[in-house]
Formats: sequence, structure tokens, C-alpha cells
Amino acid sequence: MIDIPETESMAQGNSDKKLFLEFLKGIFLENPTFVLLLGLCPTLAVSSSLSNGLGMGIAATFVLLGSNIIISILRKFIPDRIRIPCFIVVIATFVIITELVMKAYSPTLNRALGIYVPLIVVNCIVLGRAEAYASKQPVLKSFMDGLGMGIGFTLALLLISGIREILGFGKIFNYPVIKGFQPAIMLGLPSGALLVIGLLLGLFNWIKNRR
Amino acid sequence: MLVVSSSPHIHKKESTSKIMWTVVASLIPAGAVGVFIFGLRAFWVIVLGVVSAIITEGIIQALTQPLRAGAGLTKRKVTILDGSAILTGLLLAYSLPPHIPFWLPIIGSFFAIAIGKQVFGGLGQNIFNPALVGRVFLMASWPKYMITFTPPLRAGAGFIKPLSFDAITSATPLSLIKEGKALENISYLDLFLGNRGGCIGEVCILALLIGAMFLFIKGYISWHIPITYIITVGLFTYVFGAKGLFTPHLRAGAGFSGDWLFHILSGGLILGAFFMATDYVTSPLTRKGQFIFALGCGLITAIIRLWGGYPEGVSYAILMMNAATPIIDRYTRNRIYGTGKF
Repeated sequence: MIDIPETESMAQGNSDKKLFLEFLKGIFLENPTFVLLLGLCPTLAVSSSLSNGLGMGIAATFVLLGSNIIISILRKFIPDRIRIPCFIVVIATFVIITELVMKAYSPTLNRALGIYVPLIVVNCIVLGRAEAYASKQPVLKSFMDGLGMGIGFTLALLLISGIREILGFGKIFNYPVIKGFQPAIMLGLPSGALLVIGLLLGLFNWIKNRR
Repeated sequence: MLVVSSSPHIHKKESTSKIMWTVVASLIPAGAVGVFIFGLRAFWVIVLGVVSAIITEGIIQALTQPLRAGAGLTKRKVTILDGSAILTGLLLAYSLPPHIPFWLPIIGSFFAIAIGKQVFGGLGQNIFNPALVGRVFLMASWPKYMITFTPPLRAGAGFIKPLSFDAITSATPLSLIKEGKALENISYLDLFLGNRGGCIGEVCILALLIGAMFLFIKGYISWHIPITYIITVGLFTYVFGAKGLFTPHLRAGAGFSGDWLFHILSGGLILGAFFMATDYVTSPLTRKGQFIFALGCGLITAIIRLWGGYPEGVSYAILMMNAATPIIDRYTRNRIYGTGKF
């Protein structure tokens, strides 16, 4: 579990602008995939196509939002010593809701994501935000944090799966885009996921260091 | 005048660049024979592979220059002509089938230099043999082209058949064996001279051996890795080959009857053993380590050939042992003079 130190301004500020910053940090400065390097297992596994990535991102965002709100509400009642099991119970509830809804309304997506939907329970991003943020902060800020982290995760997934789907299968959302393009099959395989994530991480670190 | 400088005090006149260019020169016979066997198209594949490797190296070195300056590192000379990029492009092109589309060697060389070498920090820093990284990337990405081989232009016994320009796809001897088909009309001499389907640079064993002999005489490669590698493959395929020990339906007379000479002469074993496994950067430093390295290469190659999914395993074997090289080096260090038992 990574404890992210909260700065003074974050803890005190309550204005709209501060809230918006809470939201933004999940997308850029503390992007869960590219900066915190959390939740890489689902990122590697389901980023083979844009629809899978989007589905996973939305599911994780929903769970993040729900768990952050509930844990933030209950933060004064949860005993410190058994906080992790309590977090897991809350998270698992939301994951089961997500899974049942997905099974009912989008069985194809559910089949494509497979075991990785139930595995959101132990997703580092969800648990990490609960431990490091929601269990210490008021409800509204936790909500914005969950939303920002969820959207940041979704965007990262879309970026990775977009690159992999275009180059690895020659498609965007399952529609062929370029005629006569010979996709590099390797990028659609797990090794391609590792390669793309590594190169993107290098690129973002490069951009960061240039500043 | 007394010059005081730090060690090392004994210098060799050899430089990295000179060694690289010599290896490139020693590969020329194999390429020339490849072009003779498969036609001019093979020549353009080689040229594209080499040029693409040089351009990629130059672009990446130019791009990373400001980055190095930003990190406080000294400025590095752009070293596109030190021979190493050319060698990578050459080895990659040699391990491609002759009739692939022209964009394939370009992408392969780009990947080999960019991902296989420069990402790790350039010459001397790479874990894996860059040329093989490029080849395996192409193999995993566009297998359709990478396993489509064309027969030699002058196919037939002893190169006497007139030129036939129909590009008929054919299989390599190894893939025929893998599919359980019998080999017809191919003698050991054909395999040795390169009268068979295969990759551009791997077919003519004679030319490869001439190049390797040149490197031996110059002292740039030692016999440890290539000979151990080849003997391991030969021995293993002899013991477990065709009617091998574990072939279920041939209990009687099983074992010790594999066609070892065929396995040594076919596929990319000679090219891999002499020119790829001996890469200074990615092979162990000590003699003992080199034995272990070559033994591993041989075992993996033979296992893939006999029981694996692919007909040929040289590139995967060398890459796997490249990954094991740091740990081999760690456990086979020479005893430092004057210290206790190691």
C-alpha cells in the first residue's frame, strides 16, 4: 500500500477550485497507471481492444466511486486494526453489483473481461485510494478523488488499448480502419501489452524530465 | 617524459569498430551466396535491412542527445558508422526468408535497433542480441511472411537445373521434418552448399564456415561457444532424434539413431552458433560460462526442433540464454589473483 502524503493545501482547502484539482490530479499528476503504477495486472490483461479497455475502465471507475464514498462516510466507524477487511467488504459489494449488471446487460463484454471483473476487488487502485485517501478525507473530496482516479485509469487504458488495437489488429472499436494494413500480431498478444506500457512510461518520463 | 596514467596499461590495437567491420566482412561470402541462390531480391532485402538499421541508429542517437545533456551526461559521438548497426542489420536480413515484402526488413531493423539496442542504452548495454530481437518480433507479428520460403532459383541436384523464375513457395527441410514428411532429393551436400529453401544467409554452410574461419584466425571469436553449441545439438538430436528414446510407437531399437548431421547442417544453426551466439555483449565472459551458455543454447535448440511447435529454435534458444547470461557470469567469475578460494 502506498501512502501518498497529503499536502497542507489539500487538507484545508474546500473551495470549488481545490475540488477540481483533486479531480485533475488523478488524470495527470497522479495518474494511477503511468505515475503511481497501480493496477497494472488488469491493464496488461484487458487492454487488447478499445471496447475491453473502456468496459474495464468504466467498471473500475464505478467501483472506485462507490467504495470511496462509502468508506469516506464510514471512516470514523471503521476500527483501525481491521480496516483492510472492512475496505474489502465494501469494495467487493460494488464489484458484485458491477459484475451482475455487466452479466445482465453486456454478456459479451463480461465474457471478454472474464476473471478480471471479479479481480477488481483486489485492484491496487481501488484499495490504494481507500487506504490512502478515502479513509482520511471528507465525502465530497473522496468522491472527486475517485472520479479523477477512475477517469485517469480509463484514459490510460484507452490509450494503451487504442495503440494495441490499431497496430495489433488494424481496427478501432472492432471496425477495420486502414485497407491493406498488415497488423503486427505481437502487439495484440500479452508481450505487446508489456512493450506498449514500457514505451509509454518511457515517453511520459521523458516529457516530465524535459520540463 | 614520464607519463603517469591509470590502468589498463597494456593496449590492444583492436577497437570495437574494427572488430565489427571485420565481422561484417566475414559475413559477406554467406550473403553473396544467398543472393546467388535466391536471386537479386535477396540482395535488396539485405540492403534495406542494413540501411534501415543505420538510419534508425542515427535518428535515435540524435534524438537522445539533448536528453543526455539534460541528465548531465557527456555528449556522445554519433556512432552510426562504427559497424555495429550495420552488423545488426546484416544479421537480421540474413535470417529473413528471401521473398518477404520489402517493408518487413525495414520494420525489423528499426525494431532491432530501437527496442533491442538503443532502449537499453546503446552498444554494450543491450541484454539481448538486437538482430534476433528484430527477427523474433517479425516472427511473432507477421508469421505469414516469415514462414513462407521459396526454393532456390536453381533448384535440383547440384545446381544444374536451369533458372526457374516462378516463385513457388516451399518449406525448409526442417519444417518438412516437423510436418512428418519425408525428405526427397536432398543430400547432405545440398544442405552444405545451400541448395535448399531457407533464410538468405543461413543456407550456405560452406560460405559461413569460410567467414567463421577468418574470424578464428583473427582471434575475434573463440571455439568454445560455437563448437559446444553445435556438438550439443548434434549429440542431442542423435540420441533423441527421429526414432528417439521417447517416441512411443517405436520401442524396439529406439534411441541413438537420430540424423545428427542433418540437424547440424539445416536451419540457422551454423549462422547462429558462429555469428550470433558469440556476440561479445550478450554472451558470458569466462570460458566456463561460455560452455554453460552454449550447452543451454544447444539443448533449447534441439528441444524446440524435436518437440516444440516451431520447426527451428536457434533464435529463441540464443535469446533465452542471453537472458541467462548475467546469472551465468555471476556464478562463473574467475578467482581474483591473491584472494582466497572462490
